[in-house]
Amino acid sequence: MQRWSRFNILSLVFGFAFLYLPIVLLVIFSFNESKLVTVWAGFSTKWYVQLFHNQGLMDAAWVTIRVALISATCATVLGTLAALAITRYTRFRGRMLFSGMIYAPLVMPEVITGLSMLLLFVAIGFDRGFWTLTLAHITFTMCFVAVVVQSRLMSFDRSIEEAAMDLGATPVTTFMKITLPVIAPAVFSGWVLALTLSLDDLVISSFTSGPGATTLPMKIYSQVRLGVTPEINAVCTILIGIVAVGVLIASIISRRTEAQRIKDEQAAFGH
Amino acid sequence: MSKFGSAIFNRLVIIIPYAWLLFFFLIPFFIVFRISLSETAVAMPPYLPVFSWSDGFSGIIDGIKQFSIANYVWLTEDALYIKAYGSSLWIAGVSTLVTLLIAYPIAYGMAQAPKTIRPTLLMLVILPFWTSFLIRVYAWIAILKPEGLFNQMLLTLGIIDQPLIILNTNWAIYIGIVYSYLPFMVLPLYSALEKMDHSLTEAAQDLGCTPISAFWQVTFRLSLPGVIAGCMLVFIPAVGEFVIPDLLGGSETLMIGKTLWNEFNANRDWPVSSAVATILLLILVVPIMFFQQAQAKADSEGR
Repeated sequence: MQRWSRFNILSLVFGFAFLYLPIVLLVIFSFNESKLVTVWAGFSTKWYVQLFHNQGLMDAAWVTIRVALISATCATVLGTLAALAITRYTRFRGRMLFSGMIYAPLVMPEVITGLSMLLLFVAIGFDRGFWTLTLAHITFTMCFVAVVVQSRLMSFDRSIEEAAMDLGATPVTTFMKITLPVIAPAVFSGWVLALTLSLDDLVISSFTSGPGATTLPMKIYSQVRLGVTPEINAVCTILIGIVAVGVLIASIISRRTEAQRIKDEQAAFGH
Repeated sequence: MSKFGSAIFNRLVIIIPYAWLLFFFLIPFFIVFRISLSETAVAMPPYLPVFSWSDGFSGIIDGIKQFSIANYVWLTEDALYIKAYGSSLWIAGVSTLVTLLIAYPIAYGMAQAPKTIRPTLLMLVILPFWTSFLIRVYAWIAILKPEGLFNQMLLTLGIIDQPLIILNTNWAIYIGIVYSYLPFMVLPLYSALEKMDHSLTEAAQDLGCTPISAFWQVTFRLSLPGVIAGCMLVFIPAVGEFVIPDLLGGSETLMIGKTLWNEFNANRDWPVSSAVATILLLILVVPIMFFQQAQAKADSEGR
């Protein structure tokens, strides 16, 4: 491999070191005996033990998990529909606006999205709390799901769908029996992405939540402003661990199903 | 039934997500705009006039008569806001450029890597993107503090004898933005570079191009769609960034996302923060449309 030169390898090594070193340091110092997060004073898990006695944090974690599960699931349904609409129907009134509304939230500064949604809830007289938070999360995460699912639909072989329709299947049956199983890995990774985005969000949550619905990032943020503590490092380490395991499982599942799908398709077409 | 059912199915696939986004994404912008035209009041919600749809058409007309552009005049009169917009654009622009310079060799190295390890490398770039933004920014506080790990390392190596003050300056903001948004830049660059046909660069070199000019005239040009997509993905959200300037920046740092947040949360001035958001949106509308066009074009090519 002449092309993969020393320069290429070096830039990858430096790049990944830059990406991962801060996270690794944060994880290491969550096990620090001392209260200082910059001086190593021996291994300890006491910050983790303390964490589980912090009722405020535990409550916030529970709110965060519930919001994330509900919003990711709804966002996956809506996002998949949006992806179908944008790839399957190339001509309908307002399609430009529709695709704009799917792409814009991906780059929209969160302060704008958060503020505008808050003002909507105030305007319609919806009390801020758990449900406004969930609705806001559904809205911004569904667009990420739509983009993930859409890229899978692009490479979808529509002749199988047409064959099912020719044999008398209704659109709903065709979707359930043919389309959905094929795009399932993308739908699943969309769901995981929506879940992690919802778990992480600070700015939109701060605008749209109300009393009694404090999420973990909001809690972490208010403590970070008071200073860096090993306890926050411990919370962050747990969150990183959950996300890393989740993403790994998701990627293994999607690789397996992809391999299975290719095998099935080859069997079906008799190659 | 079949025809009828299929028509309904087709309609619903479009209507449900469309209606959702209209109601929760588009309409709120009009509400922001409307409130930016009202006056601040000590009430809940803290603005006047409160539109009541129940008054019907005449109520709306009355409401419109009370609209004022006072908030926008206020924004232009106070140098703070203009400076905040300017420095946000500047900081976001410089960070985008630096991110591009760092991301390009990484994406290039990934695209050149043996096919078997590419999925793993891709996974390694995506993984930090899935971990919390807040956590990744927070991790830098411990590194950049005057008594932090970076200064400790430099002091031990004898490169400096006084700790550098990086945290709570604009330097920390640049580092924070480049770090947080790096995966957003690497991914579109990689997907553009990976598709590239390497015989083109070889042909250019055979025809007498130096490696550098072959890179510049062939590789870089062909990767331009990825460069544009990456820059937009970094620049647009960075302009309105709140977490990074708030946690890593200092008191002298002016960024519009932070200004908006303070106006809203500390001053409870909803009309002014709405006006700030409206102008920010107007500034970003052109890059956002540019981004959307590039995405739509990439999609139709993928078909």
